[in-house]
Amino acid sequence: MIINWKAAGPLIALGALLVLGTLINGNFLSTGNMTNILTRSSFIGIIAIGATFVISSGSIDLSVGSMAAFIAGVMIMFMNTLKDLTDLMWLVVLAGVLAGAVLGMFAGWLNGILTTRGKIEAFIVTLGTMGIYRSLVTYLADGGTLSLNSQVRSLYRPVYYGDILGIPFPVIIFAAMAVLGYVVLNHTAYGRHVQSVGANEHVARYSAISTDRVKIIAFMIQGACVAMATIIYVPRLGSASSSTGVLWELEAIAAVIIGGTLLKGGYGRIGGTVAGALILTLIGNILNLTDAISNYLNGAVQGVIIIAAVFLQRGIGKKQK
Amino acid sequence: MKFLIKPVAAAFALGAMALATLPTLAADITIGVSIPSATHGWAGGMNWHAAEAKRRLEAANPGLKIIISASGSATEQANALEDMVSVQNIDALVILPFESDPLTDPVRRVKESGAFITVVDRGLSDPTIRNIYVAGDNPGFGRSAGEYIAKTLSDGGKVVAMRGIPTVIDDERMDGFLAGIKGSKIELLDSKHANWNRDKAFEVMQDFLTRFPEIDAVWAADDDMALGALEAIREAGREKEMFLVGGGGAKEVVAGVRDGNSSIAVTVLYPPAMIATAIDLTAARFISNGPVEGVFNLASPLITKENAAAFYFAKSPY
Repeated sequence: MIINWKAAGPLIALGALLVLGTLINGNFLSTGNMTNILTRSSFIGIIAIGATFVISSGSIDLSVGSMAAFIAGVMIMFMNTLKDLTDLMWLVVLAGVLAGAVLGMFAGWLNGILTTRGKIEAFIVTLGTMGIYRSLVTYLADGGTLSLNSQVRSLYRPVYYGDILGIPFPVIIFAAMAVLGYVVLNHTAYGRHVQSVGANEHVARYSAISTDRVKIIAFMIQGACVAMATIIYVPRLGSASSSTGVLWELEAIAAVIIGGTLLKGGYGRIGGTVAGALILTLIGNILNLTDAISNYLNGAVQGVIIIAAVFLQRGIGKKQK
Repeated sequence: MKFLIKPVAAAFALGAMALATLPTLAADITIGVSIPSATHGWAGGMNWHAAEAKRRLEAANPGLKIIISASGSATEQANALEDMVSVQNIDALVILPFESDPLTDPVRRVKESGAFITVVDRGLSDPTIRNIYVAGDNPGFGRSAGEYIAKTLSDGGKVVAMRGIPTVIDDERMDGFLAGIKGSKIELLDSKHANWNRDKAFEVMQDFLTRFPEIDAVWAADDDMALGALEAIREAGREKEMFLVGGGGAKEVVAGVRDGNSSIAVTVLYPPAMIATAIDLTAARFISNGPVEGVFNLASPLITKENAAAFYFAKSPY
């Protein structure tokens, strides 16, 4: 019997959680709950797609959660300012979205250039930018909450709450980004370069791959993904504060690793990352749907399931060989 | 240069006489204020009110210096206290301790340096250290909300509760809430931690809505959470079915209460401005002829449509 445990591991964990959820609460499989789970996963999921590129290339980005909060804060302030200058609300929203996208890619470029040209480990660079973005958003909000003007928000709202044929808009974007990420990582020269840089940077350099360029682009893809996640996050609550996006970086990295991508680089799986993001959201959802487990133990349950999911693909897979 | 000093001093003396209505300090006084940094909305409001009190008191009292230091953890706060004593030579300390036990000894050392001690919100493990205690009423915070829900749903009803970050404060509020609904016909369906966070509250509320087909009221132990939960309820189109009670006094919520918001009609006061009360009392120790030492219990009353305007601070970030 030949089972590809690397691919099947996350799917088995996902299946087991779906069964568990169904047993715990009859409403678990309802359309409403499924829609909630998919929509909720889309933030971490989209960020994790970017993280798959960075991690496959042998780097890490710890700044994504703070970066999301910072981009959200700047977008909100920018749109609130523009709203006083023009009556064309669609233009305000469009400009805000574009500003978010540009800022995200710039932030990614900055992480990339500091890592490669600055020759500083990605862990330190992004630990630094993580603190910088978190402080900046706290400063911009004066320690409180930045709120989007309600007029702008009513036009922007459908980007989170809207749907096409019953499928919520964030889920469609998540799916589209996943397909795009899959194609780029597995079916383009760039994608192969990312994985070879992650596997062995020296060999990649001697093979005439511009390793710096590959890494910088990976960080920019990550920045663009963070921006995309933020663009659909802002209309959800129309606010940003110092507590926005706290620990998203760890969730994104966890989703990537649960999905089968190697933390040390050289091998990435977008499909697995999507499953990983869904698993993380499902755990939270199931815990909310039951009072059988003490609230104080939520973190422990999460920890056990994450380790079990990775064991499924690594531990058993190894034994088979 | 020496000859210049006397005229300048004379000018100051004249100025001081002209401003005789302002209270004068016998000597220059430095008050150190140590508070948690702005990691969530309520703490942001507290930082703002501390800065506001500093501005107001320093303008009114020449010679008074107020140093505000915000720390991200109990350990950082202990370090900040050491700096205040050794570098700033403070005459008085106003502290909102991160946690009671770990900060008791560091504050004791500040006291031993001869400083006057004011403790805000959370008490220290040893009550003999403090000169002034400005106490927030956390059990009352929960009880006011519980009693309001019990009174509004006097024929009984189903309620869900949203708690903060698992801490002593959170437990006190939850116990207060349970005491508030005790003996009524209220059924508490479940309570979950939403970490005083709007995003988390949105998700927890979505799942409550999935799980319970019938909910009559939601208690959120913080206004930020109430706003997140309200968004989830609106999305589900169930805002007619239930009402929310928040807490803290966030300005968006207070404004809603004032303007007659039908979903969050009341909230419970737990004012981040209590830090200003404490700084005022500490300054009064050096300015006023009235005694200030003792315990001041700030109440956690309901904010309703009638009194909301008094609790709204347009410029505060919370």
